[in-house]
Amino acid sequence: MRSRLVYRALSLLLSAIYAADVSAEYGLNMPRGVTEVSQSVYDLHMTIFWICVVIGVVVFGVMFYSIFKHRKSKGAVASQFHESTTVEVLWTIVPAIILVAMAWPATTTLIQMYDTSDSDVDIKVTGYQWKWRYEYLGEGVDFFSNLSTPKEEIYNTKAKNENYLLEVDNELVVPINKKIRFLITANDVIHSWWVPDFAVKKDAIPGFINESWTRIPEPGIYRGQCTELCGKDHGFMPVVVRAVEQEEYDAWLLAKQEEAKAAAELAKLTFTLEEQMKRGEEVYNTNCAACHQANGAGIPPAFPALKGSEIAVGPVEKHLEVVVNGVQGTAMQAYGSQLNDVDMAAVITYERNAWGNDTGDNISAKDIVEYKQK
Amino acid sequence: MSATVDTALDNNTQSDHEHHGPAKGIARWLFTTNHKDIGSMYLWFSFAMFLLGGCMALTIRAELFQPGLQLIEPEFFNQMTTLHGLIMVFGAVMPAFVGLANWLIPMMVGAPDMALPRMNNWSFWILPFAFALLVSTLFMEGGAPNFGWTFYAPLSTTYAPDTVTYFIFGVHMMGVSSIMGAINVIATILNMRAPGMTLMKMPLFVWTWLITAFLLIAVMPVLAGVVTMMLMDVHFGTSFFNAAGGGDPVMFQHIFWFFGHPEVYIMILPAFGVVSQIIPTFSRKPLFGYHSMVYAVGSIAILSFIVWAHHMFTVGMPLFGELFFMYATMLIAVPTGVKVFNWIATMFRGSLTFEAPMLFSIAFVVLFTIGGFSGLMLAIAPSDFQYHDTYFVVAHFHYVLVPGAIFGIFAAVYYWLPKWCGNMYDEALAKWHFWLSFVGMNLAFFPMHFLGLAGMPRRIPDYALQFADFNSISTVGAFLFGATQLLFLYLVIKTIRSGEKATDQVWEGAEGLEWTIPSPAPYHTFSTPPEVK
Repeated sequence: MRSRLVYRALSLLLSAIYAADVSAEYGLNMPRGVTEVSQSVYDLHMTIFWICVVIGVVVFGVMFYSIFKHRKSKGAVASQFHESTTVEVLWTIVPAIILVAMAWPATTTLIQMYDTSDSDVDIKVTGYQWKWRYEYLGEGVDFFSNLSTPKEEIYNTKAKNENYLLEVDNELVVPINKKIRFLITANDVIHSWWVPDFAVKKDAIPGFINESWTRIPEPGIYRGQCTELCGKDHGFMPVVVRAVEQEEYDAWLLAKQEEAKAAAELAKLTFTLEEQMKRGEEVYNTNCAACHQANGAGIPPAFPALKGSEIAVGPVEKHLEVVVNGVQGTAMQAYGSQLNDVDMAAVITYERNAWGNDTGDNISAKDIVEYKQK
Repeated sequence: MSATVDTALDNNTQSDHEHHGPAKGIARWLFTTNHKDIGSMYLWFSFAMFLLGGCMALTIRAELFQPGLQLIEPEFFNQMTTLHGLIMVFGAVMPAFVGLANWLIPMMVGAPDMALPRMNNWSFWILPFAFALLVSTLFMEGGAPNFGWTFYAPLSTTYAPDTVTYFIFGVHMMGVSSIMGAINVIATILNMRAPGMTLMKMPLFVWTWLITAFLLIAVMPVLAGVVTMMLMDVHFGTSFFNAAGGGDPVMFQHIFWFFGHPEVYIMILPAFGVVSQIIPTFSRKPLFGYHSMVYAVGSIAILSFIVWAHHMFTVGMPLFGELFFMYATMLIAVPTGVKVFNWIATMFRGSLTFEAPMLFSIAFVVLFTIGGFSGLMLAIAPSDFQYHDTYFVVAHFHYVLVPGAIFGIFAAVYYWLPKWCGNMYDEALAKWHFWLSFVGMNLAFFPMHFLGLAGMPRRIPDYALQFADFNSISTVGAFLFGATQLLFLYLVIKTIRSGEKATDQVWEGAEGLEWTIPSPAPYHTFSTPPEVK
């Protein structure tokens, strides 16, 4: 009985190791990446790795030789030597030389990584709890990038797609073969922006602007994640970069600028409560549901409920203040600069009428503009 | 057992105090000033915390067994990672080494007790209250601290749950306890050595603890300072770490790691000392390069003060800063290498046997060295941009802490347990404990190297599909390792209650003052100092 159990455990283990071994896509090693910098980082990584392997083989080799040869059970008699200055000096100097040899290429790569001069495209990256904002400096393009994996996949009621947790609604689109400079900062807590294929990882720190750069030689979609613990949904704010040819990039930029204009036009129209609720629900699920939950119940006390709350059913003015300006000292951000006026109006309308908060209020984009101007 | 204590007392104490033996009942433990009693309490407390922190680790691993959220919510997941780290560092590893110091340092230097026995009692009894305060936050509104054991501001200040205040006072109490423990160790070693026990004749365990104690005194006040600044930011409207008020969130990290890096050596140096006692015993050969071992520990301790910012390569330091911290960090590999080479030279051409303490020590040398290799890789700043805050880092520090610090503690317990309680432990069971721990630990932590290199960030409750297989393996290993520790508990209790009587020397090759006194060690030892030649 026991031997059968052991056998089954062993075969399970072996098959797990075998499965990991045959499938390259499981990833045993650092990706080489696509940029010049990421490839020199990879080379550094492999060099130091092999140096460690060689040292390990020598050191453990001597050790295991002793373990097998110098056993008392094999009649080994202990010799009593215990000091040798020559040997001590030798094994102090030799590792030191190896380290100097290693420090040289590391230094040159680091200098290259720090050279952010002469960029062609400048993009400001801002970390928010829990999404990224990308502003194309001088282009008038500015948008948020949210996780687009549906809740059902996260809570296992729907099959997970292949880009599970590594997909967003708005990708960062950049041209290939251009030096792109990232200006990285944060709005609330510290985040960290990482794309392994570029070997770019920089902390996004509120009040400070960090710089980094990349030059991508080939078109493609590159995925990364936030790598600094930033609260509840730290694991749910991926980075997705789409690198495209210059013409495609120009067209995309133009389309984004048009989109912004169209949104401004939209703000002049009025909508029925039903239309507002539909738009509001979408905006709510993207921006608000992570904390206040899709059913409006929140996760008190950190994230208060909206369902039946004083803010959501009380005076409109107070509700606008909270959403537009945020609440100091809490996780509630100032959405005034994040949502356009149409979406803002829709989401406030939604919050005031959903989950039995039936106030009947229909807030228009005009109300938002007026409030902001006060 | 009490009979043994009494006879031993008659043989050993010529002092004319009126109260020789331990008090009866709970009072013995509450009011004791005896280094052996306090040492035992530290060790039992540490083991309890080890199990508690371990349960939290298993909660984390259970959630990470498969992609998707199954068992717990991200909010609670973050509380688990935070408490797991804090409890293991401050509750399990550090008190275990203080416990060993209490038991062993007086016996090794030929002193009757610690230099400051009443303070010794106090420094222990602060700990249960500190951890009660910390763990009680789990049951409070808003939940336990959820910002990681490194508690980076402003996540731990402006955006923290209200319970952060309890956390801060808990840390203050742990700090007071550690500082008092360290003062006691230094006072004992410097003042109470037996005649003839010169500094360069001290056992390495005593040396490593002396240096560790200086590290503790140097950095625990820094930790107290940083949490106090947090307290001011949270409650008194200051802006030390708030950029909007003119403060600097990066300054938090500099101060924290100025404490934090020496802290990792605080957790490993005493283990170096333990292994340096055990390997010569079971090789039946003197330690190779005693002097260079002492100098290496000293150099590591000094270097540990100038490498802190290697934890912060991605915060956007100027190039020169990055280079300085990279070179300084690489330099630490030299004295660390010297130690490893010396241990191996000690084993070389010895006459080796493989009892449990030796098995744990050999595993220590091999696996700690693997952790050292990944540490060297992490020191290379450009590569660190890829490793930083991924599972590669998690693998690295678990390799230096689990088979490093914790295997060191296991080795020490097996080595000195017969001296403490007078009975030999069950060697067969101990070998089971070793091999299951060894397999479980490697299964749990080795795949984390692959996960990190492939791009899995640390501290996430859910992950992309390509990370699924290694996470499952890791979880299986973690549960194996965790369950095995119950075997250890059983084994220790069994040894205390029964077992073959141990001789005074216990181990054939053991040398040092602690092996000259009877087993079990009498309640008072070395009331008259021994003569060391």
